[in-house]
Order: sequence, then structure tokens, then C-alpha cells
Amino acid sequence: MSQSVVDAIQARFPDAVVSTHAWRGDDTVVVKKAQLVEVCRFLKDDPAMDFKMPVDVCGVDYLGFKEPRFEVVYHLYSLTQKHRIRLKVEVPESDLHVPTVIGVWRGVDWFEREAWDMYGIIFDGHPKLERILLYPEFVGHPLRKDYPQRGYQPLMPMPTLPTEVS
Amino acid sequence: MGGHAPAPASKAGPSGPPPLAKSTRLMRADAEPLKHEAEHNIFHSELMTVAMGPSHPATHGTMQMMLTLDGETIVDVDVKIGYLHRGFEKMSEVATYNQVIPYADRLNYVSPLCNNVGWVLAVEKALGLDVPDRCKYIRMIVCEMSRITDHLTAIGAGALELGGFTPFLYAIQGREALWDVVEELTGARMTTSYTRVGGLRHDLYADFEKRYRETRAEVEKLLRDCDKLLTKNRIFVDRMANVGVIGAEDAIDFGFTGPCLRSTGVDYDVRVAAPYLHYSRVQFDVPVGHKGDNYDRYLCRMEEIHQSFKIIDQCLAQMEPGPINSPDWNVVLPPKEQVYNTIEGMIAHFKLIMEGVKVPAGEVYGYTEAGNGELGFYIVSDGSGRPWRVKCRPPCFAIMQGLKPMIVGSSMADIIPTFDTINMIGGEIDR
Repeated sequence: MSQSVVDAIQARFPDAVVSTHAWRGDDTVVVKKAQLVEVCRFLKDDPAMDFKMPVDVCGVDYLGFKEPRFEVVYHLYSLTQKHRIRLKVEVPESDLHVPTVIGVWRGVDWFEREAWDMYGIIFDGHPKLERILLYPEFVGHPLRKDYPQRGYQPLMPMPTLPTEVS
Repeated sequence: MGGHAPAPASKAGPSGPPPLAKSTRLMRADAEPLKHEAEHNIFHSELMTVAMGPSHPATHGTMQMMLTLDGETIVDVDVKIGYLHRGFEKMSEVATYNQVIPYADRLNYVSPLCNNVGWVLAVEKALGLDVPDRCKYIRMIVCEMSRITDHLTAIGAGALELGGFTPFLYAIQGREALWDVVEELTGARMTTSYTRVGGLRHDLYADFEKRYRETRAEVEKLLRDCDKLLTKNRIFVDRMANVGVIGAEDAIDFGFTGPCLRSTGVDYDVRVAAPYLHYSRVQFDVPVGHKGDNYDRYLCRMEEIHQSFKIIDQCLAQMEPGPINSPDWNVVLPPKEQVYNTIEGMIAHFKLIMEGVKVPAGEVYGYTEAGNGELGFYIVSDGSGRPWRVKCRPPCFAIMQGLKPMIVGSSMADIIPTFDTINMIGGEIDR
């Protein structure tokens, strides 16, 4: 990962950066929700940043560990500059909305769906925010810390197949 | 997503009749076709929805494709995964770091040792721990053996589903020969659980090198046979070449890694871009393709098998006898003589078994090159013996998103070779 990326984000968006830290060689920038798409767009399009590859997007639940409760974590990689960055957005339980970055990288589609499936984080503007690993009738979001470790839900009847062209 | 597909016809709304419903001529046997009417409009005036899967004989792995077809042509596809979801990440939150290793076996079950190594490297990154040289070389050897079995499975199954039963048997015979060596080493073909945080379960057995050389000769002979049967086979090439094409820019945008990205001409390999273990000490080539079609992906895998053998040979040559475990008793179990005879050893053993390895609070993303691409583990630790959050980044999860632009517009029969060369592994994508 790279300190120069952190400096560039701080210089370009002084208001957007909440905090930064580096541990074991991983540089992390926590940005504000409102400027997330702007920062992502900059990271992708700026030739010195050139983060063309979305590596991973996931949610984290910090219930009873720290506030705000949720975080969405983006891992990005640049094939030309060969640097990585971890971008984070804090998501309080009272407002679970995060703007989608699907307009920047198409590859975040399924990862954002998974974060919704597992944590209930709502990605505003996502064209198809549906469950991806669990079935549509599932109730709750299983990776939240208040979902029981051995939570049991009955399996649902088979959904009816479409009988006509949709 | 996409924008590649023409929009499927929508249902009849309040505004008028469905757009694709047209008056159709009765087909008289002696009728002349109308000049201005495309032929497919006469025969296929409606789109058809076909559910392919979740349990389909021509796909290995459980997933469903909701296809919208215009005759044989794919207009739209909705890929549904999750049939093998077992809650790997939820289970990992109550397991100690070493107890996650058996779960990691079951991620990509055709290359379990890559997952074992990927997991312990991520944990060791969080610990800031370095392991002895011999351990690194052994991890590289088992990793590369797993990569070979992974690629052999992908090639063999791909050939089988295109009707080539003989190359399938050859590839699986080679895979089983390698798995025999793995079984002698770890005790299991697939559920290996061979690595430990800070080391390995045990060293290589005495005549490992001899057994490996015999197996290598056997696998290379089988590979030559596969090569002769497939690489210049007219039927195989016709089914693979120019099918399932994806460009480099799209592939990067979707987060492709591994052979699927390299087939588009991008030379991204984690082993070269961010060398872990001792990959910086070995010489090997990274094969890249031309245009990112199925044939390129097949060729990449074939060549990577040879490169993996090359890496193993160099590891065996460079390796020296020595310890395989880190001497740190906070991480690795002490030897049994120490446990039974000294109070320090016994306490270390007790603490490690009861509480697990204590990882300092923080977050790391550890990534390695697995069979299908970049396998990442994002670990958040709260300082206790159990991870607060584990996120596995499976390579084929990102690649399966790209299936839609790869197959839309082509024929339904092209799904099978494309799906095969993507090499989706249910255990990995669904976790």
C-alpha cells in the first residue's frame, strides 16, 4: 500500500477525510459518506492514482466495540502504479444508507449486494439490491453481531417459476 | 450492470400491447418468405425464459442461470449463486485462528492447500510474524501442487462437458496422482488442514522428493496426451476460440484476477506483483493471452501447470534442512517434551489451546495467488484469540459477475465452455 495515495486524498479532499491510519503496511483512509463517490471517481481517473481494479467491498459490524456501528470497507488496487489503498466509510445504525459506487467500478455490484445481504447496509442507487448468498425469504442479516450464531430459520417453499416471458 | 444486452421485452403495460407481439403469418408448406421480414421473427416472435440449474448436468457447481433466449441466442442472463452458502465468515468469528484452517480447506476444495496458506499468511501478517525458510519453501511446494490440481480439474472438466471424455480421464488421473502425494503428506486428499499459524503441522516425509519426481513424470506424460487431444483439435478449438470474449479493460473493471485476467493480456500475478513467501527467489514465467476468450484461458492454465512444476523443482533445490515452525510459544505449540516437563511449556500449551493465538487489535488484508486468482482475507482483530470479522475475497466471485457480458449475444451452447473456463467453485463463491 502507499502513503502517497493517502497524502493525495488529503490534499485533494481535505474536508472528506475523517481519519487515516497505517498498520502492517496497509494504509487506510476513512472518508465521509457524502464525498465517497467523488473520492472514488478521483482515485479511478487520476493518472497518478489509477485504481482501476475494485478488489473487495465488505461490511463490518462493530456492535459493542466502537461507534458508529457499521463500516463499509473498499479495497482497491492499481495495476499500473502497483499500489493499494483501503477506503472506509462509517455507517451509523440510524442511517444505513451509503451511495453506491457502481457507477465508478461495475465490479462492486455483487460485493455491494453481499454487504446488503449480510449487514443490511443500503447502497443508494444500486440497480438491483437483492440478496445474493441467501434466499429472498430470509429474515434478518446474519453477519450482524446480534444475529445468533446458531440462528435457525425454516426453509421456504419453492418460489414459483415465471410462467410467461418477463 | 452491463448495458451490453438489448433490453428484454417488457410485459404488456397499460399503455398498449407487448412490443414484441406481432401478427404472424400462417406457415404454408409452399409459402415464400416475405422479403422484409427477418426469418427469426416468423419462427420466434417471443422471448423465452429458461432456468438453467441449479442442478444441471453440464455445469460443475451449483448455480442457476435464468436465461432469456431469442431462439438459441442469449438476450439476458441473471446469475444466481448462494446454493452452497455455509456461513464461513460467521463460523470464523467464534473459532480461534487455527480452528479456521479446516473451514478454509472447504473454500476452494480443488486447491485446499492454497487456501490454508492464504489464511495463515493473512494471520501472520496481522501478527507481524516471520516463519523459517524451510516452512516457506514447503508452503510454496504445496501451494503449487494445489494449483496444478486446480488447473487439471478445470481443463479436464471443461473437456468432459464439451464431449471429450478421454482428456477428462487423463486430467483426473493426473490430479489423483498428485493428490496421492498430498494425501501421504497431509493425511487427506482435499481436507488437508496442513498449515498452522506460525508453521506447519509437520515436515515433509522422508522420500517426498522421490515420490514427487515419479508423479511429476506421470502427470507430464498425461498432460502431453491432453495437449495432443485438445490444443489443436478442430472441434475443441471451434468451441473455445472467440467464445466468451472479454476485453482487458472490462476484466479489470469487474475485478478479474488469475488466469481469467491474464488471458486478456494483463500480466497481473500476485506472486510477481507482491511476492510473498520466497516467490522472489524463484524463476518462472507468467503466461498471458491475446484476446481473453476461452481458448486463451485454456492455454494459460496449461502453461501455468508447467511453470508450477518449475517452481517446485527450484524450491526442492534451494530448500535446506531446518526448523519448520516459528520458535515463538505465543503462536506455535511448544514441543511435547517441554509441555510435559517444564512449567513454561505447559502454560504456553494451555493458553494456546484454551484461548488461541492472540492477534493484536487492528485490521489487515492478506492476499495470495490461488488457483483462480487473488484470494484475499480481510481480518479485523479486537486483540482476543478469535477474529472479530473475517472477510474472504474469493476470486471467482468477481469473475462470475463478468459471465453476463461474456455470454450475452452468443449461442446457448457457448455457456458451457465459458462457464468451464471461468472455473467457478461453489465452495469458494458461496462460502
